[in-house]
Amino acid sequence: MTNNKKTAFRTENLVKTYGSGETAVHALRGVDLLMPLGEMTVLLGQSGSGKSTLVNILGGLDSATSGKAWFLDKELTALNDKALTNYRRENVGFVFQFYNLVPSLTARENVALVTEISKNPMSPEEALERVGLKNRMNHFPSQLSGGEQQRVAIARAIAKRPNILLCDEPTGALDSKTGIGVLEALVDINSELNTTTLIITHNAEIQRIAHRILFMADGQITDEKINRNPVKPSKVKW
Amino acid sequence: MVKILNIKLLRDFVRLWTQALAIALVAAAGVGTMLISVGTYRALIETQQAYYERYDFADIFANIIRAPNRLLDDILAIDGVIRADIRIEKSAILDIPYMKDPASAKIISIPDIGNSSLNRLFVQKGHLPKGDKSNEIAISQAFADAHGFEPGDSFSAIMGGVKRKLTISAIALSPEFIYTVRDGEMFPDDKRFGIIWMRYSDIASAYNLNGAFNYLSVKKDKGASQAAIIKNLDNLLKPYGGTGAYDRSGQSSHSYINAELTGLKAMSFVLPPIFLLVAAFLVNMTLARLIALEREQIGLLKAIGYKSSTIAWHYMKLGLLVANVGIIFGWVFGAYASRLLAQVYAQFFKFPFLLFQDRPDVYLIAAFAALIAAILGSLQAVRATIRLSPAVAMAPPAPPIYRQFFLDRIGLSKYVPQGLIMALRNLSRRPLRAALTTLGISLATGLLIAGLFINDSLEYMIDATYFKADRQQATIISTKPLTPSAMQEIRRLPGVMVAEPFRVIGVKITNGNRQKRTILTGKPKNADLSRIIDLNLEPIILPEYGVAIPEMLASILNVKISDVIEVELLDGSDKKMKLQVSQIMQQFMGLGIYMEIGALNKILGESSLSNGANISFDTNKTDELFSLVKSTPTIAGITLLRKSLQMLRQTFGESIGIMRDVMIALAAIIVFGVVYNSMRIQLSERARELASLRVLGFTKFEVSVILLTEIFILTMLAIPIGFLLGTSWAGLVAYEYQTELFRMPLIIERSTYGLAGLVVFIAMLVSAFIVQRRISGLDLIAVLKTRD
Repeated sequence: MTNNKKTAFRTENLVKTYGSGETAVHALRGVDLLMPLGEMTVLLGQSGSGKSTLVNILGGLDSATSGKAWFLDKELTALNDKALTNYRRENVGFVFQFYNLVPSLTARENVALVTEISKNPMSPEEALERVGLKNRMNHFPSQLSGGEQQRVAIARAIAKRPNILLCDEPTGALDSKTGIGVLEALVDINSELNTTTLIITHNAEIQRIAHRILFMADGQITDEKINRNPVKPSKVKW
Repeated sequence: MVKILNIKLLRDFVRLWTQALAIALVAAAGVGTMLISVGTYRALIETQQAYYERYDFADIFANIIRAPNRLLDDILAIDGVIRADIRIEKSAILDIPYMKDPASAKIISIPDIGNSSLNRLFVQKGHLPKGDKSNEIAISQAFADAHGFEPGDSFSAIMGGVKRKLTISAIALSPEFIYTVRDGEMFPDDKRFGIIWMRYSDIASAYNLNGAFNYLSVKKDKGASQAAIIKNLDNLLKPYGGTGAYDRSGQSSHSYINAELTGLKAMSFVLPPIFLLVAAFLVNMTLARLIALEREQIGLLKAIGYKSSTIAWHYMKLGLLVANVGIIFGWVFGAYASRLLAQVYAQFFKFPFLLFQDRPDVYLIAAFAALIAAILGSLQAVRATIRLSPAVAMAPPAPPIYRQFFLDRIGLSKYVPQGLIMALRNLSRRPLRAALTTLGISLATGLLIAGLFINDSLEYMIDATYFKADRQQATIISTKPLTPSAMQEIRRLPGVMVAEPFRVIGVKITNGNRQKRTILTGKPKNADLSRIIDLNLEPIILPEYGVAIPEMLASILNVKISDVIEVELLDGSDKKMKLQVSQIMQQFMGLGIYMEIGALNKILGESSLSNGANISFDTNKTDELFSLVKSTPTIAGITLLRKSLQMLRQTFGESIGIMRDVMIALAAIIVFGVVYNSMRIQLSERARELASLRVLGFTKFEVSVILLTEIFILTMLAIPIGFLLGTSWAGLVAYEYQTELFRMPLIIERSTYGLAGLVVFIAMLVSAFIVQRRISGLDLIAVLKTRD
């Protein structure tokens, strides 16, 4: 990928500290980062390296202790709670490790939950078709396998045509075969809808599908790689 | 090892303190209302009994036209009679210096020396009248209070046609007049009606009754048959114009207090169980949720060797702890409020003293009931801990299973917002919890209606009595039967526009083996002021033959329209006749029957006599009229109906207002307990789901709406159910208050339903709002990490 693209995310010396004094935990110790629009980025790191904290701040779920973060021209670190809610609502799609589907709603309804509050959403049916679940539309979460539930979560995340898709360990709770199916759905969406995608994982193998790989350790970005030839998820093994 | 569990218990309790408090409040209301109703009931009934005993309240009473005092020996000779008091009782018009409108009084004789032998006076201030034509009197306390009279003050009365200046020597109370109303009236008007006690000689000379009496009270031996004594008395008194002896149930003060006591007793059977039932269900709901949350801990405890029963007992103790907090609150509140209420009652009824005793038994019974409620509530929830096998418990629970419901089956769910669908599916997944929550809220609604409808019934009685039936401005009672020419004089009084005569006579009615003594009143056929009304409150035109009888009497005698009843006159004439029941009429107080005055006079073999008149007058001439009334010897009493109505509203308005506020507070406690707990549980079960929504970009408000939808639906369902419940309770309350003398109509206005619904709805919103604020505290980040 080229560097003349517009920047989706940019951070400047982002610091996040939980607690204070001797018990303080330094989750982020000054992160500087640049993420172009439309790219698929994988953020790699061990547990406790700070990657979730970083994504939470970028996704508008958490605030930084110091430093700044921008989405396009919007300074995220300057937004209040209400503005952050709006930011999430308009721009961000989330995929969680444990799917976080509403158990009382069917697959279609879980997606509709988001399309109801979005400005220019695709139909729930279309979103589910994109993740290959059109025929499971009327099933409840308890009637779906883990991989299927995660694909519903992806459909829910993309149905509002978000600018950003943030995925926190999307395959973490899945076996490798099911996980690859989920990654395929993410790659398809990135290429078809041009959605900037950030995948957090501690599974190093997954970096092969990304355009850009960020390595995190101890609250800092330690390395950055550009992958000129991302492979298809079906070629990935773990 | 139990000690560690107890530490957990206390920490759980502290952590759940808001929910525990909400439940404890409901339980406290149950314990408190039990203490109040039982405590107040006991205090009043014991005070009443003690008062009756200390001041020798009689068992049997009789009115006679005129009997010689020597008859007393014959009365005392009746088997079972241990004491008797003979006296003179008369009505008199009073002229009170600063008061324009005339008041009236019942003047009662006391022996020339000492106190009465029965129905003795309690002298609150001053000394008993001296007698010897001193014109000293004792007056009833309520009357004194209404006027601010003190011993030494004086006013005038027309006694036996002569105006006399009376001087108050004592302010007194009597067990006969704990609740003082004019004969035939329902409500007290202490300003315009009082009781005056005077020495026998002073009264007898005024009314020409020397050596005679016209009222008898009898105290019977404990084992003696009341019916036998009454029969003997009737035989003895008949030649002297005895109108039939009656027992305490026919004594208006006694019967009114008994109705009130019955109501209080009914309250102890209705209110506390409602609160305890709701508390039991809240304990159940909260414990069940706690146990579900602590599933893994329970599995662990079992795995390391704790017995199932130890674990079950651990959770049950939490329920009992909550109940204990409720019991303590309830005790404190109940101890305070029952004393207060008893004092209010004691002041309303005129008791010279109040016996209020805190007895441990009520406290223990109330506490026991609350503990039973907590145990019953815990049992079902705690059973789950016993069933749980350690291996299953340590694994995460299976995901909740949802099914399609009716909206899906008919294909409508596509058109319904997702928030609503979530709420409906949640409700249909836990139908029992939804049903119990609904029941709790409907109980609160019903409670409000059962507490508030009394005002509607009172207003209905006022409308029927003062605006449909007795529309006269005043009723004049004469000292002796009025001839037509005397009636003309009344018509000629200044300002009098219409005067309708009436005739009153005591009768005994028989239908088969059923019998009742009552008053027969004759009224003009086309009476326009004082009318008889039917059950729809429409005026009845009295037929030339036949009688109109009140619904209550019809059911006592088991008669219906066109049945024939036997009517015996109690004027000493022994006359008996058969009369047809021509109408069933509406009457809330008393069992009086009515017929056309001409027909009544024909039966009596008299020309047109009357005992008084109902009048309407020109209010511009009120002063003139009143001053003449006050000095007319033939007038024994006057009732000003509009003024009585004002007084009535004053007396009852305040207590009804207090009752309303208390009921609203109690209902609000239930609603708060139910809504707060059910929402906290929902929030705990759905925290992850709701936080996910927040992550997805739902605003706090939108998430709150989703959380509120369920309770909103249940409240909307509960309110109409509560209306039905409340209506039947109100019916029960009206039925409980019913005595032979008094009947409360079951009237519930739409505004009462409206108020009940509104109070419940607002209480729901406020409780929900308190919970809703916790949505801000949802941890969005934790959601990403945890699994169900």
